[in-house]
Order: sequence, then C-alpha cells, then structure tokens
Amino acid sequence: MERYWQKEIETASRDQIVAWQNERLVRTVKRVYENVPYYKKLMDEKGVTPGDINSIEDLWKLPFTYKSDLRDTYPYGLFAVPMEQVVELHASSGTTGKQIVAGYTRHDLDIWADCCARQLVAAGATKEDKIHVSFGYGLFTGGFGLHLGAQRIGAVAIPVSSGNTARQITILQDFGSDYLCCTPSYAMYIAESMEQANVDMSKIALRGGIFGAEPWTEEMRQRIEEKLHIKAHDIYGLTEIMGPGVSYECCEQSGMHVNEDHFIIEVIDPDTGKVLPEGEQGEIVFSCITKEAFPLLRYRTRDIGVISRKKCSCGRTLVKMSKPRGRSDDMLIIRGVNVFPSQIETVLLRMGYSPNYQIVVDRVNNLDTLEVKVEVTQEVFSDTVTKFAVKEKELSEALKSLLGVNAKVTFAAPGSIDRSIGKAVRVIDKRKI
Amino acid sequence: MSGIAEVLADSGIDIRALTIADTTDFGILRLIVKDAEKAKKVLQSSGYVVSINQVIGIEVQDIVGGLAKVLRILDDAQVNIEYMYDFLAIKEDKAYIIIRVENNVKTTEILTHNGIRCISNDDIVF
Repeated sequence: MERYWQKEIETASRDQIVAWQNERLVRTVKRVYENVPYYKKLMDEKGVTPGDINSIEDLWKLPFTYKSDLRDTYPYGLFAVPMEQVVELHASSGTTGKQIVAGYTRHDLDIWADCCARQLVAAGATKEDKIHVSFGYGLFTGGFGLHLGAQRIGAVAIPVSSGNTARQITILQDFGSDYLCCTPSYAMYIAESMEQANVDMSKIALRGGIFGAEPWTEEMRQRIEEKLHIKAHDIYGLTEIMGPGVSYECCEQSGMHVNEDHFIIEVIDPDTGKVLPEGEQGEIVFSCITKEAFPLLRYRTRDIGVISRKKCSCGRTLVKMSKPRGRSDDMLIIRGVNVFPSQIETVLLRMGYSPNYQIVVDRVNNLDTLEVKVEVTQEVFSDTVTKFAVKEKELSEALKSLLGVNAKVTFAAPGSIDRSIGKAVRVIDKRKI
Repeated sequence: MSGIAEVLADSGIDIRALTIADTTDFGILRLIVKDAEKAKKVLQSSGYVVSINQVIGIEVQDIVGGLAKVLRILDDAQVNIEYMYDFLAIKEDKAYIIIRVENNVKTTEILTHNGIRCISNDDIVF
C-alpha cells in the first residue's frame, strides 16, 4: 500500500490545493511588498500592487525574480523578516558568480523537514530505516535538508557528508544503511568503488537511494539501480527556493511531485516570459508561498522542464514536473546548435559506456569544436587498436545523429577522468567569447 | 605501466612477453603470463580494465628469412595480423612469435598445412 507523510496534503483535491495556494499567495505578496523594499520597487516599477493579486490567476502580473536580483541584493536584501527571526543560513556554491544566501526561520526549517520527509516516505523509507546522507553538510543545502527529513520521519540520520569514499563504503557495510542520499554521479562512484573493492552486495542492506542536485538521465538511473541493487529516486530543489524537497519522486519514477502547498510552479517561455500550458516545455519558475525568511516570487530557475497533471498511480494529486533536461545555464551552443550535456550522457550510457565523461568545448579557427572524453569500460575494451577505431566511429556517429553536430570521441583510461564527490563537473568550455 | 608491473609482481605473476600499443589518449598493454585468469583478477581489482584473448604462438626457424617465410604464408592466405609479440629464442635454432588474428582456427590450419608448427603453453618456459 502506498504510504504518505502528509496524506491529507499529498492527496488533496485540486480545489483544495488551489484554495491553499490562493490564500497563501495573497498573504505572501502582501508581506513581501511591505517588508522587502527591493520587491516593492520591482512591483511599483511594473505597476502592480498587492491589491491586484487576488488568486493564483493573477500570478502572471508579478515581476520575475532573476539570479541577478539575488546578486544585487547580496547577502540579505530579499529577506522578509528581521534577522532575529532567522535561525539558519545556507548558500549556493556560487559557481556562476557571487554566492546566494538563503535564510530560514524556525518555521521554514519545519516546512523543509516535511518536504524532505515526503520524499523519504514516498521512496519507501520508514522510521526503522537508517538514512545515509552523503550530500555535503555545510552551506550547501543537500546534507541538512535530507538530515531534517530523516529525523522528521523518525528514521536514523547518518550524517556521513561527502567525500572519503572508502569510509562511505565501510559505513554502508557496518552501519547497515538502508537509504543513500547523494548526487547521482557520486552514487555511481561509490558503486564503482564497491565493485573494485569486491564488496559482497548481498551483505549490503541498502534498499533505496535519493539522488539529486545535478541533472541525470534515465539511463544513469538504470545503471545505479543495477549496480547498487536499489530503487533510485530523483529529488529536486534549489537553494534559492529551499533546497532539496521542492519536488520529489514517488514509486512511479516518472516525474517529481511538486510540494504545491508551499511552492507554485509555472512553466514559461524563456524568451517572452509568457506562461505555457501544461505539457509544453519551457523554463521552470517557482514562487514560495509559505516561507517566511526568504520567499522568492516567480524565481527563474533556468531549469528546462515540463509539468503534467495526469493522475498518478501513487495517489498523489500534486502536479508532477519532468526531470529537468538541464539548466539553461548548462546548455551549450555549439555552432549554433543547442546541446545539453544530458543528451550526451544518454547516448553514452545506451551504448554501454561509462557515466564518467567530460565534454570539452573549444574554438579553433573560429569554429566550435566538441570533444567527448569517455572512460573505457570492460564492455568496450579490446586488445586491438582497430576495434577501438570502430567503436570511436560508432559513438561519434551516434552523437552526431542525436545532437546534430560533430563530436570528436576520445577514449580515456579508466579512472582518469576526475570523479566528483559533490556536483559533477562535466563540461569544460575553453571558448573565450 | 609501473603500476601494472607492480600489481603483477606483488601477486607473483611472471610476465613472459609484452607489447604496447599507443593510441593518442591511452595505452593498450598486452601481456603473456602463465596464469591469465589470476592476472586478470588482480589487475581488475586494482582498477584496470582487462580482457583475455586467444593468440597463436608460432615456431620460426632462427635463420635469415625464417620470419619472412611464415609471414608470406599468412599474407598469401590473406590473414590480417592485428599485432605481434616477438619472443627470444628459447631453444637452439628456434625463435617464437605470437600473433593476434581474427580467426585462430583457420589460421592455425593454414600454418600447420604449410608445415609450420604452432606452439602450446607447454613450449613456453614459465
């Protein structure tokens, strides 16, 4: 039987969800307008007042929040409560500029715990389970989010944090971890390291995994599930909105249920800003409607995805969003063609290659070049150079037919491509534009 | 390369012959050892990708033109040699080569038919 953490919310009627959203949106907009001068300015510039927002039908009238707004107001400019009410700060890694600081009140942490608890329960975890959290603990939201969720359901949180893979394996074996939480690339790395160390998988209790914080493909999921003998669930979130648990995958593993009682999702055309109907692909935008300290409105995530309100077999009525195809920031434009690293990953895994790859983009004589470096696996290895030449040609043709651009394939020795313990660095763009 | 040699040394595995193929990005090291299965196991657990392949050992007269004779036979039969190991003479008057071809059975037949002796593991002094 399907288990829920907050059944009355997770399976609420559409009308009920909309009623919650209407009331909470109106309240949040009013509070933000009164307490965040920057938002007041944005709304005034757009000619919108809180009085214009009476329901979620009016959401489109509000201005978007961009990452640049967060930089302009760094560090606390968008906080909607006095610092005395803030009990915790987190920050995004800041790989694309200044880091982003998120504040949480006690109530915000409470919501966060529930959101992550929903994920854990949807993945089948119970209070008997030991939750091995290998997301980094620190300013990064991954570790603390799942930690809160694990404790919320009464399970045992094991705060292993990231890194020291040998110790991760020891703990998996000795502590009998039931669920593993980390980035999918790190899960894969742990799995490989276990294989190498000849760990007897029948002695590993692990039943499920909750993986997120970077885009990953269905093929990657299959690999992880096969190697670790678990069911792998995708969790989505971002520091700007809360951290992990903004949306979560149920047993159906076909999209992530958005915690709509706390976050309103929209899909928009990234060029025009127009809201797109259900089923159309576009940029995902979130509005926080219950958060106190850092409630962003219409935040442009840069993630490309689709939403679906089709009835889910798990019984949850919360809208589902697709696995993001990749952040629009990750999208590469190569000779005018849009290329997502996730497309390359799909091809590699389908053809039996390792999920350890690196994409190198460069510009030679004013022409973009795309190189895909992939590690040789046992399955593709051969003792003859001619076989490698054939494999190289096959792979480069498969990439070309899917991406529409030429890709140079380079085989690398096993283990020679850097493994990530946090978010994987898949793309090296050497172009100086 | 030193890593591989050390792993084998630590497991008491003696290397009888080796050849290296360089591609631009990584190398393929080919080895003849006595206990191939064991070598595969220890190398794999050290993180190397390993495969075991059948090759043909050929006895060549250790005289001028000895190798040319064998290669001519293979050439005429249109057997493509992917790569080759050369072996020092172990017995008087004899040298050994090891070749990797597509079809071992057919190639062995051709050689035997032409009076060339193919060697077995026992001919190699481990």
